[in-house]
Amino acid sequence: METAFTPIASFGGGLAIGLGSVLLMLGLGRIMGATGILSGLAFPENREEFAWRTALVLGMMLAPGLIYAATGAMPELTVPASPTMIVIGGVIVGLGASLGSGCTSGHGVCGLSRLSVRSFVAVLTFMVTAAITVFLIRHVFGV
Amino acid sequence: MKLVFALFTGLIFGVGIAVSGMMDPAKVLNFFDIAGTWDPSLAFVMGGALLVTFFGYRLAWRQTTALFGGRFQIPSATAVDKRLVGGSALFGIGWGIAGFCPGAAIPALGTGRWEVALFLVAVLAGFVLRRLLFARPVQSAA
Repeated sequence: METAFTPIASFGGGLAIGLGSVLLMLGLGRIMGATGILSGLAFPENREEFAWRTALVLGMMLAPGLIYAATGAMPELTVPASPTMIVIGGVIVGLGASLGSGCTSGHGVCGLSRLSVRSFVAVLTFMVTAAITVFLIRHVFGV
Repeated sequence: MKLVFALFTGLIFGVGIAVSGMMDPAKVLNFFDIAGTWDPSLAFVMGGALLVTFFGYRLAWRQTTALFGGRFQIPSATAVDKRLVGGSALFGIGWGIAGFCPGAAIPALGTGRWEVALFLVAVLAGFVLRRLLFARPVQSAA
C-alpha cells in the first residue's frame, strides 16, 4: 500500500518529539525512552517512579484526542499486519528492546543526540534487521 | 507540579508522534520497503527530533540539576556487547513484523484502536519473557 510522502509534517512532528524529549530531560532528568518508561510502569521500583511515568504516558495518550479536537480527524493509522503478526512482532519487540536497553526513542532519538556509541550500534542494527524483515515478508514470502 | 509537567511533556511527544506519521504502521513499514512502496518521510522525523535533542540536551545540561530536582540520569554504559546487538537485532525484526514500536504505540493507544492494545500487551509479554530468560538486570534505557 502506498503512503503519501510527507516531509514537512514528518519534520515538524520530529521537532515536537525532540522538544518533548528535551523537556523530560530538563524537568525530570530522564531519557525519553519508551521501552524504559513502559518497563518502569510494568515493574515499578517505587511510587514516585510509577507516578511520573503514569503522567507521561497519559499525556502521550491524550495526543490523538487533541489532534481530533483540532482537526476533526484522528491521526492516520493503517495496520497492514494480521493479529497474529501483531502478537508475534510485539513479543519480539518487547524481548528485544528490553534486552538491547532501548528502542527507536531511547537509542534512536536520545542516544544518537548524546553521540552514544552503543546507541549508534543499536540503531544501525535494528534499522538493518527491520528492513530485511520487511523485505522478506513483502518480497520473498509475499504476505 | 512535576506530574503536570510530565503529562504536558508526554502530550508534546505524542502530538509529534501523531503528526510525524510514526503512529501509522503502513507508513513505518513503507519506510523500510525500499524495494517496494518506499516512503522516506520517517527520515525527516528523525532529522527533526535529532536537531532539537542534540542542541536542547546540551542547553538543559547547563543546569546542575533537573528543574524538579535530582540529577540528570544519563546512561553510563559504554560496552557494545552481545545483549545490545542481539536485543537490537530482535527489536528490528519485531518492528518489521508488527509496524509499531513502543514510542509510537503508547500515543497510538489514544486512538482507541484494538490493534494497538494487542501490540502493547504483547510487548509487555516480551518484557516478562526477557526477565524469565535473562535474569541478570539489563542496563537501563539507551
